[in-house]
Amino acid sequence: MVRDITLGQFMPGTSVIHKLQARTKIVLLITLIVFIFLCKNFISLLLITLFSLSVIMMTRISFFKYLKSLRVILFIIIITGLFNLFYGSGDVLWQWWQLTITTGGVYNALFVIVRIALLMMVSAVLTYTTSPTDLTDGLERLMKPLTIFHVKVHEIAMMMTIALRFIPVLLEETDKIMNAQKARGADMESGGIIKRVKALIPVLIPLFVSSFRRASDLAMAMECRCYNGGSGRTKLKVSRFGLADLFAAVISLSIFAGVIILNILFPAVL
Amino acid sequence: MSVIRAENISFVYSPGTAFEKTALDDVSFEIEEGEFVGIIGHTGSGKSTLVQLVNGLLRPTKGRIFLEDKDIWEKPKKIRNVRFRVGMVFQYPEYQLFEETVYKDISFGPRNMGLEEEEIDKRVRKAAAFTGLRDELLNVSPFDLSGGEKRRAAIAGVIAMDPDVLILDEPTAGLDPLGREVLLSQINDYHKIRKNTVMLVSHSMEDIASIADRILVMAKGRKYMLDSTANVFSNGDELEKLGLRVPQITKIMMMLRKNGMNVDPAVLTIDQGFNEILKCLSGK
Repeated sequence: MVRDITLGQFMPGTSVIHKLQARTKIVLLITLIVFIFLCKNFISLLLITLFSLSVIMMTRISFFKYLKSLRVILFIIIITGLFNLFYGSGDVLWQWWQLTITTGGVYNALFVIVRIALLMMVSAVLTYTTSPTDLTDGLERLMKPLTIFHVKVHEIAMMMTIALRFIPVLLEETDKIMNAQKARGADMESGGIIKRVKALIPVLIPLFVSSFRRASDLAMAMECRCYNGGSGRTKLKVSRFGLADLFAAVISLSIFAGVIILNILFPAVL
Repeated sequence: MSVIRAENISFVYSPGTAFEKTALDDVSFEIEEGEFVGIIGHTGSGKSTLVQLVNGLLRPTKGRIFLEDKDIWEKPKKIRNVRFRVGMVFQYPEYQLFEETVYKDISFGPRNMGLEEEEIDKRVRKAAAFTGLRDELLNVSPFDLSGGEKRRAAIAGVIAMDPDVLILDEPTAGLDPLGREVLLSQINDYHKIRKNTVMLVSHSMEDIASIADRILVMAKGRKYMLDSTANVFSNGDELEKLGLRVPQITKIMMMLRKNGMNVDPAVLTIDQGFNEILKCLSGK
């Protein structure tokens, strides 16, 4: 039940993508997303799609899992696709009352659908192949320059780590409390919306109480180990920018350069 | 007639994912009406999964469970009625308290059963009395109670449903020795007066040895044995191989016997052991 919700979706593995540093993955992912939206014609879009798909293949995680990540936004894809279909100019393909479909509209819809789908799937590559700890560590190191502006980078990263760390704990707790209340005859599966919201009270109150208890215990435990923020804190395992990261960066950058060249060489369809 | 019968039940957590885990593997057993059955096993042996299956909170991946000869999953929509008849007290049940007053919290179960207000009141007071909660505690917030009192209030919340089968999962975990003893004797008293069926999960042999009629030993998701308490503990060596401790007094008797003293090792309580040793010494 609650167990089945995939939130911290990390799937351990030993693929090339898994071995890349979190920092590299985050930066390359952001640039990749930018370039997905920079494609102006079908050839550059094809290049970026093929590149994204081969990255997905390289994670050695079943493609089905990526399709599953699309399910959440399927509705958005359909709606935006439909709206785009009716916007745009070009040769009229079909007309009825106020609605017209033009070639421009079809291209728009096609681009939007492919872009959103790719966006979701390449983001999944990051969350599927990077453990939450590595992810926040990567973010912390990327945000380090912001300390000049007095941004509490370490504290933000620590909060994220703790939040991520406690998601499974809280899910398990929710599961347990739900079971305990169900054993006392709580009915959470039927009734109208108001009845269902009311049925959540017996779950939410114990959950809040235990979250506060956990937070206070954790704070105490951290203080007992002399935690006093990020200053002067060192890491046991420092991941360094390695050959694989360099390789990944070079390949990605040449693909991105390819997109720019193809954009210039071929006429834009949008 | 057996009140609960399990036929070849298996249970797998998160089937089809990387986290797939078989918690129970082909377990069958029968429990008679009015029995007090102890369930013991090492951590991860499947005890907790087993009792959640009996109560209908989990649905077996394979196999069937019968409550008085009726498959509990025959009508999945009516599973709530099974849960009213098979009451379940979870580990650390005090974390399920949520109402403004202890009284309201205990009445949550009976109210879900759709009982009359008068009947609810009767049951709440009876359940509170059984678990030793004083009347004046009924009107305070459950969050103001002490740890032991919270535990009692939570157990009362299940007893108030007056289930035919009462399952308790590690009810004494985290209590001090006196609290354990008192709680266990209250459960036993309740069992004797109500004449209901009780299944008590524990990994403490001392807890179970003195009150259970029969013991179900679980190991690695399988039924290791189901036999009378004395018979189970007479296999002390085998239990220790499973990583389970026999009660200390039983162990002492086993060692005495090994060293040539003619005592019966199937002794479960200190009193019995005391008498057994006296008998043996005076016999010489």
